[in-house]
Amino acid sequence: MTQTADPVARVRIQQADFDLGAEVAALRAGDPAVGAVCSFVGTVRDRHAPGDPGAVQAMALEHYPGMTERAIEAMIDEALRRFDIRAARVIHRVGDLLPGDQIVLVVVSSAHRGESFRACEFLMDWLKTEAPFWKKETAADGSAQWIDARVSDDAALARWGIRSGNAGACASDATSPLPAPSAAPITPPTA
Amino acid sequence: MSLQIRYFASLREALGPGEAVAHHEGLTLGALRDALIARGGVHAQVLARGRVLRCALDQVMADESAVVRDGAEVAFFPPVTGG
Repeated sequence: MTQTADPVARVRIQQADFDLGAEVAALRAGDPAVGAVCSFVGTVRDRHAPGDPGAVQAMALEHYPGMTERAIEAMIDEALRRFDIRAARVIHRVGDLLPGDQIVLVVVSSAHRGESFRACEFLMDWLKTEAPFWKKETAADGSAQWIDARVSDDAALARWGIRSGNAGACASDATSPLPAPSAAPITPPTA
Repeated sequence: MSLQIRYFASLREALGPGEAVAHHEGLTLGALRDALIARGGVHAQVLARGRVLRCALDQVMADESAVVRDGAEVAFFPPVTGG
């Protein structure tokens, strides 16, 4: 079940909703070197037309307690190594959600905008394919199904030089060790 | 030696939250998966080769070539779909 959320933790997995404005303010607070804050909010999406029997009625999010926090903490550590950012925070909700609900928040602060834009996208791309969460949709007709991983998400992560076999065809190939601290110059994604 | 297996998402629905199993020295995650498949039944169905699964060893994403130690926590689950 949901861990007790430490309001200042870098990673929070919680059932409760979050307030973007409050999180941005908290991340900036007390750091006069911050000149830019970039945030991303992911929401429960319904790809069906209204009234379609397949329309999403509800979404349940499951995670691997312990591993999830650990994985995202490591992603933030790597973002701090790769980008000239001041701080980053990730909140991800679990449990039962409804269409339109907020699911995930990534907030990054930096001195200048470019670094926080890039770090925010980097964190989301990595989280999508390597953080242990699973979504299950319940449709209006009562049927429920687990959402499939998308190959395009693996491709998004590959732009940063990190390989994911999440949606790939061969599980035994799917290694995704954390990369060594990057010695190579940082190259922004080309796509 | 023994290890604890955990299942998530569709695997948890089929097999339950987890199980403890005894194992020999040098067991890899791939060999463990094969041993579970060899039980037949639901295990064979949901862990079948050809199904894309991921695994973790002690709460870190792992390759099937990873070797478990005594007391390890192993997890099998479908590709992740958060965010």
